[in-house]
Amino acid sequence: MNRREAVGSVALLLGGSILGAEFFISGCKSTNNPDKVADLFNPDSVTFLNEIGETILPATKTPGAKAANVGGFIGVMVRDCYTPKDQQIFLDGLKKLNAAANKKFGSGFMDLNATDRTALLNDLDKEQKEYTKNIKKDAPNHYFRMIKELTLLGYFTSEVGCTQALRYLPVPGKYDGDYAYKKGDKAWALS
Amino acid sequence: MSANNYDAIVIGSGISGGWAAKELTEKGLKTIMLERGRNIEHVKDYVNATKAPWEFPHRGGRTQQMINDYPVLKRDYPLNEMNLDYWVNEKESPYTEVKRFDWFRGYHVGGRSLMWGRQSYRWADVDFEANLKDGIGVDWPIRYKDIAPWYSYVEKFAGISGNRDGLAILPDGDFMPPMQMNVVEKDVAARINNHYKGSRNMIIGRVANITVPHNGRTNCQYRNKCSLGCPFGGYFSTQSATLPAAKATGNLTVRPWSIVTKILYDKDTKKATGVEVLDAENNQTYQYFAKVIFLNASTMNSAWVLMNSATDVWHDGLGSSSGELGHNLMDHHLGVGAGGSVDGFEDKYYYGRRANGIYIPRFRNLNGDKRDYIRGFGYQGGASRGGWSRDIAEMNIGADFKDALSEPGEWGMGVGGFGETLPYHENRVYLDKTKKDKWGLPVLAVDATTKENERKMRIDMANDAQEMLEQAGVKNIKQYNLEPVLGRGIHEMGTARMGRDPKTSVLNEWNQVWDAKNVFVTDGSSMASSACQNPSLTYMALTARAADYAVSELKKGNI
Repeated sequence: MNRREAVGSVALLLGGSILGAEFFISGCKSTNNPDKVADLFNPDSVTFLNEIGETILPATKTPGAKAANVGGFIGVMVRDCYTPKDQQIFLDGLKKLNAAANKKFGSGFMDLNATDRTALLNDLDKEQKEYTKNIKKDAPNHYFRMIKELTLLGYFTSEVGCTQALRYLPVPGKYDGDYAYKKGDKAWALS
Repeated sequence: MSANNYDAIVIGSGISGGWAAKELTEKGLKTIMLERGRNIEHVKDYVNATKAPWEFPHRGGRTQQMINDYPVLKRDYPLNEMNLDYWVNEKESPYTEVKRFDWFRGYHVGGRSLMWGRQSYRWADVDFEANLKDGIGVDWPIRYKDIAPWYSYVEKFAGISGNRDGLAILPDGDFMPPMQMNVVEKDVAARINNHYKGSRNMIIGRVANITVPHNGRTNCQYRNKCSLGCPFGGYFSTQSATLPAAKATGNLTVRPWSIVTKILYDKDTKKATGVEVLDAENNQTYQYFAKVIFLNASTMNSAWVLMNSATDVWHDGLGSSSGELGHNLMDHHLGVGAGGSVDGFEDKYYYGRRANGIYIPRFRNLNGDKRDYIRGFGYQGGASRGGWSRDIAEMNIGADFKDALSEPGEWGMGVGGFGETLPYHENRVYLDKTKKDKWGLPVLAVDATTKENERKMRIDMANDAQEMLEQAGVKNIKQYNLEPVLGRGIHEMGTARMGRDPKTSVLNEWNQVWDAKNVFVTDGSSMASSACQNPSLTYMALTARAADYAVSELKKGNI
């Protein structure tokens, strides 16, 4: 596919609901809160983000988001790529996530077991999908969509994600457009 | 010969400048190639070409700093972390947009030959005859027969892979073996061919990626990282192809950091004598002298050099006597097409990342078809399976979600149009003397827009895409038709057009400036119309043809 149409038309092709693609075309969106953003790099914050990531993409027969240190990656992206507005939404979002955990289970996210974490984030994902479905052009992004996007991007472009969850071919050397596939075979890493 | 005297000067080192240097040096001319930006050395300076995705801190994305630093580049896909060094520093080199014009520039040795899309198509007689037939602009001073042998010549050296499809609208060339379509593309191509009884065709793209080893270059490795520079030399660029050939002659000098500010003109001999160079590093001015000058600074910058070469003979610049210098700016209009999903083929996938797609050559306003606009368009596109970034409606998070994303999604197929833009006199560039760049030089102002013909064409471009995909069995088709913004095609053309009459054109049939016969302009600025095919192959052929003529005229003492 022609390079300049690639991102745009694939997004349109799949109904414009492609996670992560928007980031490549318009950049990540978010406040200059240098101090608060710096907090994302505290060991506790990285652990918190890794545990959220692990709940979204847990270890199965392949390693999960924690093994790819998605928590560390998310801090870098929020710091460098988000607009100040989106940084604020993200930082507030982490508090909202904990508040939702408290409301549903009576304790913070870190104190929940894996089953409750999954149930909580499933609810939040349904909430963000519902919110995003009818979002107006300049309306704020939903924090959980941000978390999910960054988790997917961070995981599937990490070494763990590319080489274990996916198949990574640095130098394919040839092209076969009629290559056999059976259910369960992994997808290729993008590059 | 004194240090600053050469037989030939080539201004610019991109696709056409590289070809000029190769041809002139191989014919024995001592040549200096002047490049305004830094040097980029083949392989050694492709610093990101072999990095894995996880070695990029933002995984290829864009930071707020990049968005701030690149107000033009940020408008479209080119702004990303991986090849940022290949794009011009916009703060150092601003320009004025009278109307929005997305100008994507590469100021370094190799120019945009490092980042280009590599699609390589010949033009046909219908393209060269179009202006005359429609009474638009000026008639091309050449026809297909004049350029056909030069297409062959450049294809054989550059290495163009493609299939000999036998289509009149898109003449076959001297191709390397074609790349393959994947199973879904083959199915779609067969259905389109069948439904339209051969009047519309889907073919594999013809691309300047070599499919067999060639001149010491390794064939394409299907990494699809071309725009980072290829350590294998798998695609045509100045660095991989023309520069090594020119250097091998021993006749080439390359001078980076050399901003050509003007071409020096002698009104007695009516010829250029050389150029003035502003050294971009030390801000000193130097002069270089030669018998022949090739101007290949890219469409808009070549016009800038000519306009900035005003004298008391030519107040509006060298080559300005017709009043057409800087005018008739064209690009291909795009951002219109359709895509959808494809049922079945779940047991099929692909191996390798093909740096190419499919092509649907022009079919409108041909063979008796008549629309409410003139000229036509082609499509590029392809089929692939969805990746991890797809949304899975029925899933949210967790183990099943992750395992599902670790497998390929369903097949999708999309095509995007590239439409011909007409040469409008009022679409133009000119010097904006109120604004200066980092070196105190006047910047370029761009004033260009698409008009009625393009807008009408785009309705067909969207509808025809949808209709063809429907006929091919594609499902859930969505069409799109974005605001046509010129510049986005990165196919600027026309600011110093060729023609038959010095009163209405800047260049003659050999790309010579009518007003200074030893100055040849062979980049996109020379184009009298834009057709709808990707233009770089035509620049290569025009350049090789003009260089051959220039040397023969030089030998005859005519220039």
